[in-house]
Amino acid sequence: MNVTPPLPKWADLILLPLINLFAAFFVCGLIVLAIGENPFTALNVMIKGAFFYPESLGYTLYYTTNFIFTGLAVATAFHALMFNIGGEGQAYIGGLGAAVVALLFGPNLPMLIVLPLCILSSAAFGALWALIPGYLQAKRGSHIVITTIMFNFLASSLMVWLLAGPLMQQGQQSPQTVLFADAAQLPQMREVLGYFGFELANSPWNLSFFIALIALVVFYILIWKTRLGYEIRAVGKNQEAARYAGINVAKIIIIAMAISGAFAGLMATNEVLGVHNRVILNFTAGYGFTGIAVALMGRNHPIGIFLASLLFGALYQGGAELDFEFTSITREMVVLIQGMIILFSGALAYMFNPSLARLIARISAPKEATDG
Amino acid sequence: MADFMLQLLLTFDATLRLATPLILCAMAGIFSERSGIVDISLEGKLLSGAFVAAAVTALTGSPWIGLMAAICASVFMSLIHGFACITHRGDQVVSGLAINILASGLTIIIGIALFKKGGQTPALSSDERFRGIEWFGVNLMDNIPIIGTIYRQLISGHSLLVYMALLAVPLCAFILYRTRYGLRLRAVGEKPESVDSAGVSVAWLRYRALIIGGIFCGIAGAYLSISHGANFVREMSAGKGYIALAAVIFGNWRPIKAFYACLLFGFLDAATSRLQGVDIPLIGEIPIQLMLAIPYIVTVLLLAGFIGRPTPPAAIGVPYEK
Amino acid sequence: MSETMNKTSGANAARYALELQGVSKSFGLVRANRNIDLKIESGTIHGIIGENGAGKSTLMNILFGMHRADSGKMFANGEQVNVRNSADAIAHGIGMVHQHFMLVNRFSVLENVMLGSEGGSLLKQGKQATIARLKELGDTYGMVVDPHALISDLNVGMRQRVEILKALKGGARILILDEPTGVLTPQETEQLFEILRVLRADGVTVLLITHKLAEIMEITDNVSIMRAGKMVGHRATAETSPQELAELMVGRKVLLNVDKDAPQTNNVLLDVQGLGAMSSRGHRILDDVSFQVKGGEILGIAGVSGNGQTPLMEILTGMRIPDRGHVEILGETISHDAPKTPKQLREIGVGHIPEDRHVHGLVLDFEAQENMILGYHDGALSGDGRLMDRAGIRAHCETQMEKYDVRPRDPMLPAANFSGGNQQKIVIAREMYSNPKVLIVGQPTRGVDVGAIEFIHKQLIALRDAGCAIVVVSVELDEVMGLSDRIMVMNDGKNIGIVDADKTDTNMLGLMMAGIEQEAVA
Repeated sequence: MNVTPPLPKWADLILLPLINLFAAFFVCGLIVLAIGENPFTALNVMIKGAFFYPESLGYTLYYTTNFIFTGLAVATAFHALMFNIGGEGQAYIGGLGAAVVALLFGPNLPMLIVLPLCILSSAAFGALWALIPGYLQAKRGSHIVITTIMFNFLASSLMVWLLAGPLMQQGQQSPQTVLFADAAQLPQMREVLGYFGFELANSPWNLSFFIALIALVVFYILIWKTRLGYEIRAVGKNQEAARYAGINVAKIIIIAMAISGAFAGLMATNEVLGVHNRVILNFTAGYGFTGIAVALMGRNHPIGIFLASLLFGALYQGGAELDFEFTSITREMVVLIQGMIILFSGALAYMFNPSLARLIARISAPKEATDG
Repeated sequence: MADFMLQLLLTFDATLRLATPLILCAMAGIFSERSGIVDISLEGKLLSGAFVAAAVTALTGSPWIGLMAAICASVFMSLIHGFACITHRGDQVVSGLAINILASGLTIIIGIALFKKGGQTPALSSDERFRGIEWFGVNLMDNIPIIGTIYRQLISGHSLLVYMALLAVPLCAFILYRTRYGLRLRAVGEKPESVDSAGVSVAWLRYRALIIGGIFCGIAGAYLSISHGANFVREMSAGKGYIALAAVIFGNWRPIKAFYACLLFGFLDAATSRLQGVDIPLIGEIPIQLMLAIPYIVTVLLLAGFIGRPTPPAAIGVPYEK
Repeated sequence: MSETMNKTSGANAARYALELQGVSKSFGLVRANRNIDLKIESGTIHGIIGENGAGKSTLMNILFGMHRADSGKMFANGEQVNVRNSADAIAHGIGMVHQHFMLVNRFSVLENVMLGSEGGSLLKQGKQATIARLKELGDTYGMVVDPHALISDLNVGMRQRVEILKALKGGARILILDEPTGVLTPQETEQLFEILRVLRADGVTVLLITHKLAEIMEITDNVSIMRAGKMVGHRATAETSPQELAELMVGRKVLLNVDKDAPQTNNVLLDVQGLGAMSSRGHRILDDVSFQVKGGEILGIAGVSGNGQTPLMEILTGMRIPDRGHVEILGETISHDAPKTPKQLREIGVGHIPEDRHVHGLVLDFEAQENMILGYHDGALSGDGRLMDRAGIRAHCETQMEKYDVRPRDPMLPAANFSGGNQQKIVIAREMYSNPKVLIVGQPTRGVDVGAIEFIHKQLIALRDAGCAIVVVSVELDEVMGLSDRIMVMNDGKNIGIVDADKTDTNMLGLMMAGIEQEAVA
């Protein structure tokens, strides 16, 4: 048996994730090389595309907003040791929640009432869509992973049916709702900041970004400052000790899943209320799955999630730039990077752990190492 | 009446065609899950198999080389899965998810790099595909009413890969229940300690299960792109890997039962396209989304114990440590 | 080649079937086996006795190749062997019946017995031969089992037979049984012993690992005693007594002098009547236990571990629902129809220091300060606002760490990074802070250094003197005797008797622990 020395905290929290991230990028670089392009040129294009053009930062932050929500969703469930793969479906149903309120009240009520209702409704619908798998796991023992996968497909079927049927715009053939009334449209950052005298290039960056930032803070307070968060973490770390402490484990699992779904549902505030102003087919576009990579990279901590969201936001926006600069590599490069990150930061998270630990032990105690 | 009969036969025929990739993937899923490894990466293996089959066939002109290459690609994906969850005891779900996303990205990137067609592969001529094989004496049998039609429509005329899928089911059942390897495989998914204490390597058993699964998924992928279809298109697997996984669960991790589940799901798929826009007396128009969602609904109900109790391999999802 | 070797060794019949020299094994910092020497005479039943955690199972896993020793030599039939895995052990004629059966429940007996030695790549090839061999073995040793029965349909005794048959079918001439009677009824145990005697008569060497004294006395020829990872003695069974074995097992530590006055008892705070519980497998693990504890006294519960102490504690703290009987505790009733949750019991003043702090007492990944409020986290300890008062929690933790001398005095350090003794102090500090009226304590000083032991004992006595009714479960006989005012001895889920601590001795308790009832002195 190979007993490895424990990794110092800084190495575990910062160095190891960076090594895993580097490994993911390294392999992607090799693939770019194999395709016959220069990976550094590609990286350069992506960085420029993500930050340096007038509108690029706005786009990056627009994508970032999605990933904060879906990353928080995955992280909340992770804290209770639940693997919520259903962020995609929960976000989709969250869009339905926003649409129901926007279509019903949008034309008649003022924005200050409609918008908050829309936001709450998207969270509530997302929560409901996650609560059911949570309940089935806690009370009936169905595996959360499989159930949430199935709920993604169910959400998709339901939304296709609604968008091509009851919710479809009259006299139109494309599966989408009508445009929401102005009262149900989230203001654009360009307008908001323009009001304060800042000139911004055109981008879909909207007020939901602030909702995402608030969500990060709420998440932090919830998980580390409230009794509920304490119980969620206790259940996630040691279910037996949680039971000993008088915590109702099943209840906590259900609640954690509902909160997780609420975060995912809030993604609709960006895509539905902020950008499209209607529900369109597949507006979630895989962002829910990216949330898994975000949570894994961000180590389920709000700061980590914010940074990882920013990284993925930049990747998505920079990746779009690849389409213009190259003929042989495209924005799907981002999907590849995402896959590699999930592989290295998730499934192989501790592959480098033993060697890194030995290395650090050797550096910090060079004398013993040479003696031995 | 004869027309209805023919319609029914054509639906069954389509069922078989649509069920073929499900059957092969389900058999793959049975192998890896029976060995104790959760396999949500069926989807990714199917997708990479489909792409590589179409791409290699387009480049070489030989569907056989395409098929072999698809198998290799899919097995390679299996090995990554094994490396992460057997060798490094990583989370099996995370690893499977990574493979699905990798497959999704890689197929498009390499497709564009090779063919510059927005992720599609060039259309294959009919010589470059596995096409339907007309069985002996079809014309002769035509003279016999009903049986002749059944023979022509349902039994004869499928591609080789469809027959391979049909053969895969008894083959799997045979391996699982009649061979030494099958006994050990079933044991390792139930109680790896029992295998270990008998002096047999747990890791090597599981790797072999994943490799076998990779082979099946590769064939399934090739069927999608060079037999059923004539080229690869983006996200061609379209969730079939997950439906196959549902079929595995529905079939309680048994080959024959999972095969029936695949046929059922294939039939729903085939019937859906036929019922679209059709008014059925008394019921009215059936929403096709509802029919397409049935596999997912029954899986959820099944897992929750509302219709019977599934009995997954006892040690599934748990990395083995001595 | 191997066949001729077998023959020669059979002809010479080495005196020792198995021999170990200086075997050591560590898991991280835990030294499970230290420099073990052991000789097992061929054709005998050799017992290895020791308490839970003494290192018996580790030693057996080394013999069977499931673990590899860090150092030391092993000889089988006089020849040095290198056992790297189970396959090697099986090749050397060693078979093992594990404490937790290595059987696939959904397989038939036949499939289980074939696993690993199928006799060909198709099952068909070996099936008939295996069935024939099973019948032969069954006839020889009186173990008839239906080869086509499913394991899940068999009772525990039959499953064990399958395990034995599996080992014998693999050609084992040395059979290791790890705690084989733990899950058996007395009748099944008797049948097992009959089988073992037949095996011995047939020349098979049997190695029996157990913590039950009576079994050692009944069936073995020789016995080796383990304690805390070391081999502390070897005896011929005929020349020893249960008392001597009990002393060797438990160890005669320097008797810790627990300074205490005569108890000042008041009302009965805990009244247990006819309490019973079943295991999930359907065995009776707690059988008609009754006792009372008054405020201001400590009732010690002595017994070899695994004799019903754990389910008793679990019921008293709301973590298990009894199937019979009831408990009156601080004016509340616990019974099958009126179960209480751990939270409800904690709220009425029941403290709980669990037996295993790693499983129940602590969330190892939590900071010390978070663990200091575990179970009390929704009370005043976490502040009175909507958010948890982190500064208050830290201050509370610092005070408690100071008071209970927890080191290092770092409230932010994860519990996993404290030593065993300091972890235990965190648990004790937490459970004592709320001034419980009833305190249920399991293994108060397991894995705790000597200095901390004394400290912990003083705390318990102080709480007693403050009027708390305390139940202490411990496998350390000295500890029970030193701390308790009265001692209840448990065996096989039953209350064997309750005696006054100052009117008893290890002799008497040892006999009671072995299940031999004594004329109650109390």
